[in-house]
Amino acid sequence: MSAEHTQIERRSTAVQQPLEWLKGQSRWSVFELLFWVAALIPFFFFPTYLTLFSQIAIAALFAISVDLILGYAGIVTLGHAMFFGLGAYVAGLLSAKLGWGEPITGLMISGAFAGLVGFLVSFLIVRVQHLALIMVTLGLGLLTYELANSMSWLTGGTDGLLGVKTWDILGYFRFDLWGYTAYGYSLAALLIGFLASRRIVNSSFGLALRGIRENTARMPVIGSEYRWHLQKIYTISAVIAGIAGAMLTQTTNFVTLEVLSFQRSADVVVMLILGGTGRLYGAILGALIFLLMRDQLAGINPQYWYFWIGLLLMVVVLFMPKGILGRLSDLVRRFGR
Amino acid sequence: MTTGDSVLRTEAVCKNFGSLQVARDVSISLPRGARHALIGPNGAGKTTLINLITGQTKPDSGRILLHDEDVTAVATAGRVRRGLTRTFQINTLFPALTPIEAVTLAVAERKQQAGQFWRSLTDHKETVEESFETLQQLGLGNVATSETRTLAYGQQRLLEIALALATKPKVLLLDEPAAGVPKDESAMLFEVVAALPDDISVLFIEHDMNIVFKFATRIIVLVSGGVLLEAEPEVVRSDPRVREVYLGNAHHG
Repeated sequence: MSAEHTQIERRSTAVQQPLEWLKGQSRWSVFELLFWVAALIPFFFFPTYLTLFSQIAIAALFAISVDLILGYAGIVTLGHAMFFGLGAYVAGLLSAKLGWGEPITGLMISGAFAGLVGFLVSFLIVRVQHLALIMVTLGLGLLTYELANSMSWLTGGTDGLLGVKTWDILGYFRFDLWGYTAYGYSLAALLIGFLASRRIVNSSFGLALRGIRENTARMPVIGSEYRWHLQKIYTISAVIAGIAGAMLTQTTNFVTLEVLSFQRSADVVVMLILGGTGRLYGAILGALIFLLMRDQLAGINPQYWYFWIGLLLMVVVLFMPKGILGRLSDLVRRFGR
Repeated sequence: MTTGDSVLRTEAVCKNFGSLQVARDVSISLPRGARHALIGPNGAGKTTLINLITGQTKPDSGRILLHDEDVTAVATAGRVRRGLTRTFQINTLFPALTPIEAVTLAVAERKQQAGQFWRSLTDHKETVEESFETLQQLGLGNVATSETRTLAYGQQRLLEIALALATKPKVLLLDEPAAGVPKDESAMLFEVVAALPDDISVLFIEHDMNIVFKFATRIIVLVSGGVLLEAEPEVVRSDPRVREVYLGNAHHG
């Protein structure tokens, strides 16, 4: 009986199959490697845009931090600039007030501080959902902004924080006018932040986050203390956002209140929606598109560039619900068959 | 109230929704290896009782004991970790996850691995293998890597049970496991339930009396939030009050 025979064969291979399938879900693809090689292109072909690309890398890292909570765990936030700004100010104050301009320890201290605040805030975050959650994140963001504004003796208020001086990286790479060091530094931080995030989303913890996003109500019934998962990812996200903020300070030697602004919180969500949530590269692509568009459109008309962002946002939301990258990967899958 | 060999016990559990009494002094007990059915007309409070036992609803008074430990104040997740698990009448699954992912998540939670963000999921090889065995046991091996939302309805019902089994329950509460499943398939579903290891105590809600009499060793009849009768199937079958409740309900409904 050949039918029976194939059935037995199928069963024996089937045991190995789900594990292989799961491994396939997290395997590196050619596109990923190509992307990271392509990230080096600006060094050689767009040396006059290196400062812009440095900003893009920083925005991308910030967007990844938001993707971890929004795209993977389903925590919608409109106040994540809070952690970006905290990181930016800590890095700035370390240098301006304490005279410590060493960049790498600066990043670590800034990230740790943002993470600490994130951990404390997370106790509040996991208690609310839906609209209330958005309002709480928004409120916390506004609160932090006004706090920094009123503490002008420390932050410089609306004048910005002056006197930041970032030392050479590892005592060797000096921050140059062209932005070679800035972009290299930002790109390295983005890569490290990305690799860490990639590991997180492909872990059993990452699976638990997707479970929360898919069906929060079922989580306790499979024995999950899922609030701890949420608090953990919120804290991790705050650390990464804080590091991104500190990068901005260190590459520009200046901090303004804008780092804490609602605009920044909203922009990062827009980047994420453009690129596509829950896929990490969507965050990077979104940051790239958003900032390139802003740069080019502001060159044409400095006042109305947001019009085009708004238009693109609507096109994406209406016609590509999974974002631009989501649409691209669907196309690749279709033609790959 | 029965003696120490009961795995799960409720003591005079009461719950009101406004002026509606949904649980009135409910005291039931499940011995080790039980296959008990919970029956009663619509609105009798069967699902509410399961919610009360698993902690999704808090009782106004009374106690819930698991292995003689008072768990009334323990949250649902804590009760699941102590071996008290349920399934849902309406599929409560993870639509975009595949069965292998969903069950692996449940197993990982049980093994306290779900918080580990530094290790790749596939490093937990035994967890994945155990999940796959559970899926195979329920005949879901060949759809393990298809998204849950694409599964046939009957397969989703089985996945409900698979998720519960992944928590290694000592007590399993099945809320109409065959709800919405065609009759011939629902018998198959209950064969799965009947084949569960003897050390799992099962309480199931079911409307099909043929299935109830076939699979239950004891039947609890719930009416208007209170236990009308708890007895062997033969006793329940011939009890005039039970007949009245069901026939009366049919007349009015």
